[in-house]
This record gives sequence, C-alpha cells and structure tokens, in this order.
Amino acid sequence: MKKKQVTQNIAFWIFRIFSFTVVGILFWILGFIISKGIQVINWDFLTQPPTDGMTGGGIFPAIMGTLYLTIGSIIVAFPIGVLSGIYINEYAANNWFVKLIRIMTTNLSSVPSIVFGLFGMALFVNTLGFGDSIIAGSLTLGLLTLPVVIRVTEEALHAIDDSFRTASYALGATKLQTIRKVILPMALPNIMTGLILSIGRVSGETAPILFTAVAYFLPKLPSSIFDQVMALPYHLYVISTSGTDLAASRPIAYGTALVLIVIILIINIIATLLRNYFGKKVKTNF
Amino acid sequence: MAQPNMCITSHNVNFYYGSFHALKNINMDIAPNTVTALIGPSGCGKSTFLRLFNRMNDLIDGARMTGEILINGQNIYDSHVDVDELRKNVGMVFQKPNPFPKSIFENVAYGLRVNGVKDKKMIERRVEESLKGAALWDEVKDKLKKSAFELSGGQQQRLCIARALAISPSVLLMDEPASALDPISTLKIEELIYELKKSYTIVIVTHNMQQAGRISDKTAFFYLGELIEYDDTKKMFLNPAQQATQNYITGRFG
Amino acid sequence: MYINPMKNGLKKFTEAITEKILLFSSGITTLTVILIVIFLFKEGMGLFSSPDIEEGYVLAVNQENPINQLTPEESMEVFDSKITSWKELGGKEEDILVFRLSDVTNYADETSLGDEFQFLPHVLDSIITVNPGIIAFIPQQYIDSTFTGKILNNGHITAESFFDGKYWYPTASPSPLFGLLPLISGTLWISLFAILIALPFGLAVAIYMAELANQRTRKIIKPIIELLAGIPSVVYGFFGLVVLVPLVQKVFNLPVGESGLVGSIILAIMALPTIITVAEDAIRTTPRSMREASLALGANHWQTIYKVVLPYSMSGITAAAVLGIGRAIGETMAVLMVSGNAAIIPSSLLEPMRTIPATIAAELGEAPVGGIHYKALFLLGCILFILTLIISISVELINTRKKA
Repeated sequence: MKKKQVTQNIAFWIFRIFSFTVVGILFWILGFIISKGIQVINWDFLTQPPTDGMTGGGIFPAIMGTLYLTIGSIIVAFPIGVLSGIYINEYAANNWFVKLIRIMTTNLSSVPSIVFGLFGMALFVNTLGFGDSIIAGSLTLGLLTLPVVIRVTEEALHAIDDSFRTASYALGATKLQTIRKVILPMALPNIMTGLILSIGRVSGETAPILFTAVAYFLPKLPSSIFDQVMALPYHLYVISTSGTDLAASRPIAYGTALVLIVIILIINIIATLLRNYFGKKVKTNF
Repeated sequence: MAQPNMCITSHNVNFYYGSFHALKNINMDIAPNTVTALIGPSGCGKSTFLRLFNRMNDLIDGARMTGEILINGQNIYDSHVDVDELRKNVGMVFQKPNPFPKSIFENVAYGLRVNGVKDKKMIERRVEESLKGAALWDEVKDKLKKSAFELSGGQQQRLCIARALAISPSVLLMDEPASALDPISTLKIEELIYELKKSYTIVIVTHNMQQAGRISDKTAFFYLGELIEYDDTKKMFLNPAQQATQNYITGRFG
Repeated sequence: MYINPMKNGLKKFTEAITEKILLFSSGITTLTVILIVIFLFKEGMGLFSSPDIEEGYVLAVNQENPINQLTPEESMEVFDSKITSWKELGGKEEDILVFRLSDVTNYADETSLGDEFQFLPHVLDSIITVNPGIIAFIPQQYIDSTFTGKILNNGHITAESFFDGKYWYPTASPSPLFGLLPLISGTLWISLFAILIALPFGLAVAIYMAELANQRTRKIIKPIIELLAGIPSVVYGFFGLVVLVPLVQKVFNLPVGESGLVGSIILAIMALPTIITVAEDAIRTTPRSMREASLALGANHWQTIYKVVLPYSMSGITAAAVLGIGRAIGETMAVLMVSGNAAIIPSSLLEPMRTIPATIAAELGEAPVGGIHYKALFLLGCILFILTLIISISVELINTRKKA
C-alpha cells in the first residue's frame, strides 16, 4: 500500500518536472530573443532598409515582403480552403471520390515545406515563367496552407450539431440557405481562430519561398506581384549564417528574430482571446 | 383509396434503413384539425413515420421508401414535388429546443426569409402573429433583438413552435416536443397544442402516456415497425382492441 | 401546390452551381498532390538518364591505354590524385598524368593556340599522343575528326550509384557524385535521435495535461504548447546557432559545435507540440468506465494510468511518435542552420551532418535549372516525398486499426 503510493508520487513528480521543463524551454527561447532583440528595436529599425552590407540600418523591406507574401497566400488559400471544407463536411457523400480527396488532403499536409519549395520553383517559377516573385511565393505558400485551412473549416463545421441543420430544412430552407444562414455563422468563430493561427505559420515559413520569391537584398520595395521581395524569416537565415560580417550583423539578427516572435505572439494572443471569448475549442495542430 | 376529406393519408408505406425493415405496410388517415399521437416503445418506428411527412428521412443515406403519402390530396413523394415547398407547408418541432444562434426575431423570421419573403412589414406582422400563436409574445415582445439563447428551455421550445408557425404550414409535426422540459413548461406546451389544433393538423410523437391521453384525439400504437392499433384516444386507453396495446399502455401507466 | 416551376428551377440551378464550385475547390488539393508528383518525378527521374560526366566534357586517354571506361568514383580518385597508377585501375604499369584544359599552357605557349583557339584541338591531340599515362578532362567541342587519342566511354548515372553511393559531391569534376547514403543517414540519425529526446518529454507532458493538471494549469500550458508550435523554424535555428551550438561545443570539447546533436535537440523541441497534442488526445479517449473499473479494483491513479490508460491509448501514442518523426524528417531551416552540413556518412552524433531537406535548401540556389545537379536535388525531393508519404500512410493505418 505504502510502496504503491511512493511509486505514484515519483511518477507524477517526473511528469510535473518534464512538463515544467518544456514550459521553461519556451520561456528560455522567448526570454533570450526578447532580451537581446529589444536593445536593437527602435523606430528606424522598423522603417529603414538595411545599410552597410546588412550590418546596419533596419529591416523595413523584409517586413513589407513578409506582409505581401502572407496576404498573397491568404488570398490563395482561404477561399479555396473554406469552400473545400464546406464541401467535404456538408455535401460529400461517403464515396470513393470523397475518400480520395480526404486522403490527398492528409497527404498534402504531410508534404515537407522544402518539397513545396521545389514544386513551386518547378511549376510557378520555371514552367509558368513567373520567376522569383511575390506571386510564385504566394501560390506556393498558399498551397502549403490549404490543408490546414480545410482541416480548420471541416472541424468547425463538424462541431455544429445536426439538429440545427434539421431544423432549418424543416422550415423549408435549402441546403445552401442552411449553410449560409445557419451553419457558417455558427462555425465562423472557430474558423476564424484556425485561420488566424495559420497566418502565423505562413508568415514564418522560409523553405517554400527560398527559391520562389525571396532576394537577399533589395534596395527598393517591389512594384508589382512579379517582383522579388525580401522576407523576415529568410532575412534572419541569411544574416545569421552567411553574411559578410557575422559579428556585426548579429544585433540585426536578434532584432529580426524578435519581430518574428512578436508577430507570432500577437497572432496567438488574438487566437486565444477569440477562442476564450467564444468558449469553443479549436484544434490547431497540423 | 384516399378519403377526400382527410388531411394526411398514408397508403401501404414501407420504409427501410439499408436492409432493416423499419416500417411495415402502414395505412393511416389523419383528419384535418385533429391531434394524433404516435406512441410505442423506442425503436418502434413512430419517429421514422413522423419524419416521412416532411421528407426528413431523405437526408439519411441508404434509406428507401415504398408506398405513398398524400397531404391535402397530393402525393408528396411524387418526383415533381419540391421538397422545400413541402416543408414550408409541413412544420416541425423537435425533441430538444434548437433555436438558431440569432435573435428571437430572426429565429421566427428565418423561415420567411429563406422562402423569399422580403417585405419588412409583412415579416414583422408574421413574427408577431407567430409569437402570439405560440403564446410567447407577451414574454418576449420587449426583447425581440435579444439572443434566443437567453430564453428558458420552455420558452425556447415555444419559440421553435413560433418559428414553425411563421411559414403558415397546414400540418405541424412534433417529435416529443416536451420531453426535454420541466413539468410547468410541458403544461404550457400542451395548452398551446390544444389551441393550435383549431388552425393546424397536428401529429405528435410522445413517450408520455398521460400526455397522449390529455392532448390527442386519436392515437396510433406502433410496435416493431407495425401499426398495431389506431383509434380514438378515449377508446384506445379505456378499451384497446389489441393485447399488445393494452400491455404497453398499462405498463406505462402503472 | 408543392410545385413551383419557376422558383424551383432558379433555386435548383443556384444550388447545383454552388455545389460544383465547392466540388472543384475540394479537388484542388488532389490536383496539387498530383502536380507535385509529376513535377518532382519528371525532374528527379531525369537524373538516371544523365551521363555520369559533366555535360559537354569528355575524358580522353592515350591511344595505347587499354582502359575503356572509369566509374565516377574512380575518376574522382584519379583527379584527386588518390589513384596514381593505371595499374590500380587494371591498366598498364604507368603513372597517371592528370590533365585539365587549364593545364594546356604548361605544354604549349598561348600563341600556338591561335587567336581564336582554332589550333587548340590539334594541340590537345598532340599532348595526348605524346603522354602515354595521360588522362585529359576536356570539352567535347575541342575534339575534332582527326583526334587520335581514345575517348573513354561514359556511363549513365544509375539507380544503384544513387541509392548506394557513399559520396555526395554534386559539383565535383570530372564526375559529380550523387550518393544518397550520407544524406539519408544524416536525416535518419538526426530525426530518430530527436524523437528519442522528444518522446519521453512529450509523453510526460501529455499525461500531465490529460491526467494530472487542473483546468487552470491546462489553460496556461495549452497556449504555451501552441506558441511552441507557432515559432518559425528559422527562429529555432537561430536560437540553436547562437545558444546551443557554442554550448555543445564547450561541453563536448568539439572543434565545431554545429553537429547532429544540436540538430536533434532543436528538432526535438520542434516536434514536441505535435507529439503532445496527439498523445494527449489519445489518452483522453480512454473510456471513463475503464478507468473507473480499474480504480474500483483498488488500483491507484498511477497504476490505472500505466496499466489501463497507456495500453489503451498505445496506438494513438504510436501515431504521435510517427507523426513527430515525419515532422523531423521534413524540417529544413533549423537543421540547415545548426547541424554543420557535412555530407559524410556519420559515425557519431557529435559530428556535423547533413539532412536531405537541408541539402536541397543549401544547394538548389546554385544548381543551374535543368542541369544534372538540379535533377539530383529534385530526386532528393522525391525521396523526401516518399518518406513522408510512407509516414502519413502508417499514421492512417494506425488510426484505422485503432477504430476497428
């Protein structure tokens, strides 16, 4: 009896310690980057282009580039993803075609981001001739996000009790009316939460845009969607691994990492608030 | 075959869920402006039968029906029938109150809006009439813009009835409408049903024998997918023709 | 009276059109997967029909030399002066003389080549004729019809040389070497060790979250795990680079800190959210009745967890581990930044290693589009795609078996 209790205590304490270690790791990473980055960040850092071979100036073009790419991929992924999610959950019968769609969506979500980069380069950059550009990068990132958006939509719709559908049909509403007027408004908070989190993921992706969109340094902002851009994650990668003067550009790297972290933090806080506000649980893992 | 003055006529109706024979050769006529109670143990087919009247079973994969059901003289399973139009004419109230996450007003207006009514005045008038019809108007007239979820369970169910009334059906189907409510709310619903009978033909599924006895004109007893007995409620409860009916009713009463 | 042909028609039409649009949208993922397969494999498979020598070049030897062909490895060793005698290659007892085009000025002065190098073919021919031990790596365009030397046959890159190749020297001349072994072993070492680190932590957190933590603690930890999942991989890479790399270098007294170990640690942190979420869900699905039965028989909480809950959720936990491996195998940037990127078959986790995704990311920018190196990198993409497909299918199988 006694021994049983001791074993349990030991086991539970191990779980607690491991859990707090994981939490500790996060705070270590956050704390490190925030404390180092905060010394660099000021108004000029956020609004000026880099100077002196990436060892001075700011990261404004990279911030804007990431913004363009993120918006571009949202335009690609959200409409298609939400529509697919609606189809899969509301319309699809249980036939071979829908099974195929489901399997393919799962498979697409497991494809590594670098493979998307290869694919985007082969299709958008070379075959379609877009070159390294905002549009090629956005399309690549959009396709990468698509399975996440579909999953989020599907789960949000799935969580809505069938009685609402039945009640609407019983009032003479068609399927489309039921979806538009009852189901979608109800699912919207959960869909929104999921979409916001997926924005976070897109804005930090590097591998898919390496060969489809980004440039190491551009003195000007892009003027069309067929132009190359700088991007925050790529900027961080370049100046921390292959700059001309690694030591001199290190502060810039800390600042860039902090900006990326802040973006993610804001997005996660918005998502958490939204979820708590609506009191519904959304799954966010890939 | 179909008697001309009947509101609902069911003729040789068989229903299958896949290979399961859920309803066996049901023949039943329901007169207008009456309350008909469908009773029987769980799984006997009474709810399935009810849901045939507004073709709700169409939504189930692998379900199949033979025979015909006439409402106001028209075969509702005819291939030309527009299911949405049919459902406009046959209102339904469900077991659990299931208002939409909209305002009280919008819940009642929903059926009108999805059926293409745009006239604001007309909608306002129908909403008021329906809420009055469902004996809810006095309780909610000052908070029509509030969310329907702020109402109590019994009020929500009356809202669902008002929602069904708004589209002016001739038939009202009720699937155990009071089973999720407290006794006082149940009583209110029963009184309401008695009132509604004047304007609508009502078919109600219930597990509650006393309720069936109190509110219905006719009662149909279903057992294992068969219609065992169908007669005036008074006669059924006092002097059932079938032993099975007797057993069920007394078992429940006792 | 339930028939309203006008309205009926329009409504049905709208409904049908909408359904078609929705159907089309949901087909896009399938289309994308098919396109990925087509583009990856079209480029990748092209590698196997490519000549195993740099395009536009030939290897030429003296007429008298009995050797007809060299493997890419042999020619590499010859040009690296690791093989110095033809005897080692089955030829005559003769020292090997390595010749590249740039060496031509050692043999002839520039004026004899002509103003537009029009005499170069002739000069090359005579150099090869005069030196019996020579092996010359020269552009094909300088071989003319009067050439008296012998041009070695070149082979093609074979599946065997790719899958069984021990060297990845994509820019080596005369023959680039595309051997998968160093990359796949780097990938597997780093990923498997990452899971070895992540699994105990992930499982512990999952159990803690599902069984021990109260509502309030869970509400704090859950967003933290989510945040961990949201941090971009470059930030992890950067953190690894500036914090873990120097740390590991100091602790293990290594010449360089960038190593498989740091890669594994970073990947373990990155795989944690996936493992925790999936494992926690699995643990939660254990029926209450099962737990209660165990507790009612006098088992305490911990005994119930490891005798009832864990066995019941084993397939879900397995799925979590497999998914974690999948995440780790495909991860690119963080690994690229911290693991040193030496394309050598590793013998210890403390050595620099290079994974398949890191190789693609590091080299694709420099590989000429459509060239042999480009194709090789796409083939790596195919391998990666297949690996993750296998993982995704295994997870699917584990999950279906769980439901059965």
